[in-house]
Amino acid sequence: MTSTLTREQHLELYYFMRLNRELEEQMVRLFRQNKIVGGLYPSLGQEAISVGTAYALGPGDWIAPMIRNIGALLVRGFKPRDVLTQHMARYTSPTLGKDGTSHFGDLKSRHVISPISMLGDLIPVMTGIAMAGRYLGQKIVTMTWIGDGGASTGVFHEGLNFAAVQKAPFVLIVENNQWAYSTPVEKQSALRDLADRARAYGMESAIVDGNDVLAVERTTREAVSHARAGNGPVLIEAKTMRMLGHAQHDAAEYVPKAMLESWKQRDPLERFEKLLSEKKLWDAKTKKEIDERIAREIRADVEFAENSPFPPPESAEEGVYCEGCHTVEADWQRPKEEVMPPRSSVKAEWPMNSYTSNGARPPAGARTAPKGKPGKKPARAAIRAKVGR
Amino acid sequence: MPETTYLEAIRQAMSEEMDRDPAVVLIGEDVGVYGGAFKTSEGLLARFGWERVIDAPISESAIVGAAIGMSYAGLRPIAEMQFIDFIACAFEMITNFAAKSHYRWGAPVPIVVRGPSGGGVHGGPFHSANPEMYFVHTPGLKVVCPATARDAKGLLKSAIRDNNPVLFFEHKYLYRRIKEDFPGDDFTVPIGKACIRREGRDLTIVSYAAMLHVSLDAAEKLSKEDGIEAEVIDLSTLLPLDRETILASVRKTNKLLVVHEDTRTGGIAGEIAAVVMENAFEDLDGPVRRVTSLDTPVPYAPGLEEYFMPNAAKVAAAARELARY
Repeated sequence: MTSTLTREQHLELYYFMRLNRELEEQMVRLFRQNKIVGGLYPSLGQEAISVGTAYALGPGDWIAPMIRNIGALLVRGFKPRDVLTQHMARYTSPTLGKDGTSHFGDLKSRHVISPISMLGDLIPVMTGIAMAGRYLGQKIVTMTWIGDGGASTGVFHEGLNFAAVQKAPFVLIVENNQWAYSTPVEKQSALRDLADRARAYGMESAIVDGNDVLAVERTTREAVSHARAGNGPVLIEAKTMRMLGHAQHDAAEYVPKAMLESWKQRDPLERFEKLLSEKKLWDAKTKKEIDERIAREIRADVEFAENSPFPPPESAEEGVYCEGCHTVEADWQRPKEEVMPPRSSVKAEWPMNSYTSNGARPPAGARTAPKGKPGKKPARAAIRAKVGR
Repeated sequence: MPETTYLEAIRQAMSEEMDRDPAVVLIGEDVGVYGGAFKTSEGLLARFGWERVIDAPISESAIVGAAIGMSYAGLRPIAEMQFIDFIACAFEMITNFAAKSHYRWGAPVPIVVRGPSGGGVHGGPFHSANPEMYFVHTPGLKVVCPATARDAKGLLKSAIRDNNPVLFFEHKYLYRRIKEDFPGDDFTVPIGKACIRREGRDLTIVSYAAMLHVSLDAAEKLSKEDGIEAEVIDLSTLLPLDRETILASVRKTNKLLVVHEDTRTGGIAGEIAAVVMENAFEDLDGPVRRVTSLDTPVPYAPGLEEYFMPNAAKVAAAARELARY
């Protein structure tokens, strides 16, 4: 399949993926100098997923990136300095040193929700934003990511089930990087494809090669338009490989060497660079310009972060409660009268139109596939073959 | 003016807030067509429609999680727990997600999580709990436990308008037993302010929710039978705790008895005792005493539950002993 993206968009995808990788490599150097205060959770080899998925969204959409989605934060307009100051616990960080890593966000302009460490929580939270957006008359889609390990949590089930019942405009990216810390995906789930879980919730799904940024972007764009059109949530399983340990301290000796070697051949950045050259979308000069720009930006932001102060200790006491420091306002895109009496008033009884179990649904065989269904069987088979599971 | 029950006060608060502000929505199990297990949301679906009164699957984490998300988008959701015991199923969402949000990244979470708590109705171990202290131990939350119908209404309105996650524990024993005559106009009662329900000079009894009424009964008994005049304070909010009202009263009466239906170890009485030791030790003429439920789950059989919980006789006995110091 060919991409509909312009040359500039291709180059932008490269820029964000390369920036993602270079920034993390820079942070490894800082970690070795003891300048990273806490943990460092690499996304090496997964940049195509963070960047490709976030790139498919519109500016009014909402995301909640997980720990390995620094690429998504960059696409959303955060700068390397935000990521660096967070990891280095500086007072200039988006959380003023209150939290680290990718645990930051921006409600007002970038529509980024800060993740928390408890996996799966973001699914109902982003479902709630999607429901609120619909209620307010906005045409937004919300998205979050989860790993193969996080997909084992109870709230993953509660959240997806609720999203599906509500037909919420929500897209979940299941980043199957095969490892949850030291535990392989086979010990997380008996499913061959985690995407199959979507069927149990009555929602659409797709499987994509997570190391192919164009495929990721295209699949996500289809899912986003499906959700935006009111057809309900979509789960995308992006198959990939965690190329380093769970975090910087973890040498990941439990990962078979041959497995790593085989995945090295599918490095998403190398593949994309090759494609850009083959399609003559750039030349050595263009690549050099982008790479130099990235090096410049990172250098300046490392300097900024290193020169930033740590937070004053007594600021630990501040900000537990929100007392008059924020206005909480909804962005109404529909007349409020529609949701106020008398127009909001209804007959309080269930509109049952059949008495079969589970509402009025006919047996599965009689159902027709919705239009624009992103998950297509042949594509799944092809990806499965490629991934070789 | 007709008297309003504690339950009707809660229904009125939600209905009036939903009329006032279209950002207020209600989400929970059986809150819509059925009007809630205790009928606290009766009529709200008919008035405000399917988008604003949302019947959710049996998924307390998803209910609270979705409410958190809605609040990020500018809504002011009320999440109902059918019985407050089930708040344990949403513990993670409340304590890790909602409570820490503003501190960590400056994002306020203006939600209310409310539901029926408390015993005395033979609900057994899973429909009688007083789980407030799990949450009083969680910075970032507010914990409200009204004892009167007027407070139930005014505090719930304040909770809905608050920019922080507020847990609103409605004592189910009071739902239909407490009735008051109060003006129906738009009023709020401030969160975090305790209230002196009975003036007295001999000792201070601090309590909240259903135990306020038990404490007031005991105070009447003490006055009639022993000539002991107890001052009775209704905390109404446990977090933030109104230390000043407690300390001012203790400085006046020099004796403190704390009464709560929550179990003994780790109950608010321990915290209040510590606050008084730290700030008013010199004013005390006797040890701080407490009357609480036993350190057991809430038992089912009426005789067991009665034995488990405080009552006016137990409170009066403790007060008499304290008054003798």
